[in-house]
Amino acid sequence: MRDTFVSELTRLGLADPAITLVTGDLGFNVLDEFRDALPRQFYNLGVAEQAMASACAGMAAVGCKVFMYSIVNFATFRCLEQIRNDIAYHSLDVCVVAIGAGTSYGSLGYTHHGLEDVAVMRSLPNFRVFTPADSVEVRAAIQEIYAGRGPVYLRLGHEPTTPIHRSPVATQNHLLQVREGSDIVLMAAGPAVETALGAAAIADQHGISVRVISCLQLAPMSTLELIAVADELPIVTLEDHSVVGGLGTVVLETLSEASALRPVRRLGYRRDGLLTYGSQAFLRDSQGLTAEGTAAALLAMLKADDRQPFT
Amino acid sequence: MSDPQKSRFLARQSRLEALRMVSASKSSHIGSSLSVIDILAVLYGGVANIDPSTVESDGRDFVIVSKGHAAAGTYAVLAVRGFFPTERLRDYCSDGQPLSGHVTAGQVPGIEFSTGSLGHGLGLGVGVALADQSMGRTRRVFVIMSDGECDEGSVWEAALIAAHYQLEQLTAIIDRNYMQALGPTEDVLGLEPLRQKWESFGWAAFDVDGHDHVALEEALRRPTLARPTLVIAHTTKGHGVTFMENQIEWHYRAPNDEDLLRALLEIEDHDA
Repeated sequence: MRDTFVSELTRLGLADPAITLVTGDLGFNVLDEFRDALPRQFYNLGVAEQAMASACAGMAAVGCKVFMYSIVNFATFRCLEQIRNDIAYHSLDVCVVAIGAGTSYGSLGYTHHGLEDVAVMRSLPNFRVFTPADSVEVRAAIQEIYAGRGPVYLRLGHEPTTPIHRSPVATQNHLLQVREGSDIVLMAAGPAVETALGAAAIADQHGISVRVISCLQLAPMSTLELIAVADELPIVTLEDHSVVGGLGTVVLETLSEASALRPVRRLGYRRDGLLTYGSQAFLRDSQGLTAEGTAAALLAMLKADDRQPFT
Repeated sequence: MSDPQKSRFLARQSRLEALRMVSASKSSHIGSSLSVIDILAVLYGGVANIDPSTVESDGRDFVIVSKGHAAAGTYAVLAVRGFFPTERLRDYCSDGQPLSGHVTAGQVPGIEFSTGSLGHGLGLGVGVALADQSMGRTRRVFVIMSDGECDEGSVWEAALIAAHYQLEQLTAIIDRNYMQALGPTEDVLGLEPLRQKWESFGWAAFDVDGHDHVALEEALRRPTLARPTLVIAHTTKGHGVTFMENQIEWHYRAPNDEDLLRALLEIEDHDA
């Protein structure tokens, strides 16, 4: 997905000199296409995220459309106050591009895992949050980001092994149905969408019809769009993120606003659960965030009394 | 064209306004405003290429007040200079009014960015200067910081970047009043030798008397070739009001009616 992002940005940047890519000394071999084609629109400001974020705000204030690139925690938490006060508060055209969503960086450990970033970034004023699931969605997101104004958080993970979309997606929809179903809705974001489709296939073998939604734009979430894709069906959410404050929480908030609450189960990393080390697959498995684990949750959801607490 | 007599008058009037504002709103930071007003007056009084008629123009110089708590002083200088009517100063810190207690952009002509958390302004200025460099724009960017602000790592990150990119259009001014929130700077976290630190970071750095308009104008008038410029303006917190000078309580305390009267009389009696 990073490569698609860079290619798209280069394409836009060749036509628009305002497009500016700023990195905090990350992106080895990844950003070369942009850097080589557009050297005057590319900056590596070093391992200095706070100054980088303020500088991105300064650039945007004088007409640049800035894309600030780093690994998830460095792009957000390291410079969060700058993002908040300089970018969000001034509503500037800066897109914070975070790579390594969720546990993409696996055995590189907790410092490189993005588990709380969505919760925080979506709470900042004026921010839109995009969590594309594959390169097709990345292209749609970038189109929408470029066409719009204001701050954006673009969260990128690994490309799925099987493509999720076979043709370009329309950008006006933010919650994309990627699998039809009628018994239950499984809403997933970014790297979790592939797992969600796997879970739906397993559930299908057990006679459960699962509708899978890819949340291309996670925040702000439109109440109307959510009701349209979810009808009155129970919902399970799946994200490569903590269960606190991410997609699951957004869905609950939005349903509540619409007075449309119904059984919802949030799947994601338990806040105090990440006490083991290993690859993304291993970490997901340790918390049941696999296709099998998700399928089990879907089945349990449909069998359970909805007043029972989930274990 | 700047004129020390005009900028001194601007500073004097701004001190009077700032005292009234802080007193009326019962707010803090009068000491911080009083130390920086001369710097602001010299900049907005002619050194910076921005005035009430050019406040929206693309080529204007930027003045970024990174020590955002000097809001009263900043608004006062802007108003007296003519960026907006001085009557608006009565709305300082009032409900629903944009002249809030830290420098606020958006509805205040002459303010480029909202600040208030120390350590952001130099990075903002670096960003403007980098974009300008790429676009071939030659306007100047001035960033006013406090000395306590130099405790923040983000300042030094920005300093590294500015020197690396040879941002000669960027000039930072430190309001060196040797005081910070809980005590003198050298007791809390020693900054000296401050000028040498900035020089070692690749900046052209100068010490000046921060209340001498001729010296300030001289130091700020011309950028240095191929390096960003740092002006350490030696000031007194609470300058202009003898009972406020170098007193930490005036970082926090609002002048009551009696304080205000004494302070205004001192300013008015003092030769411009």
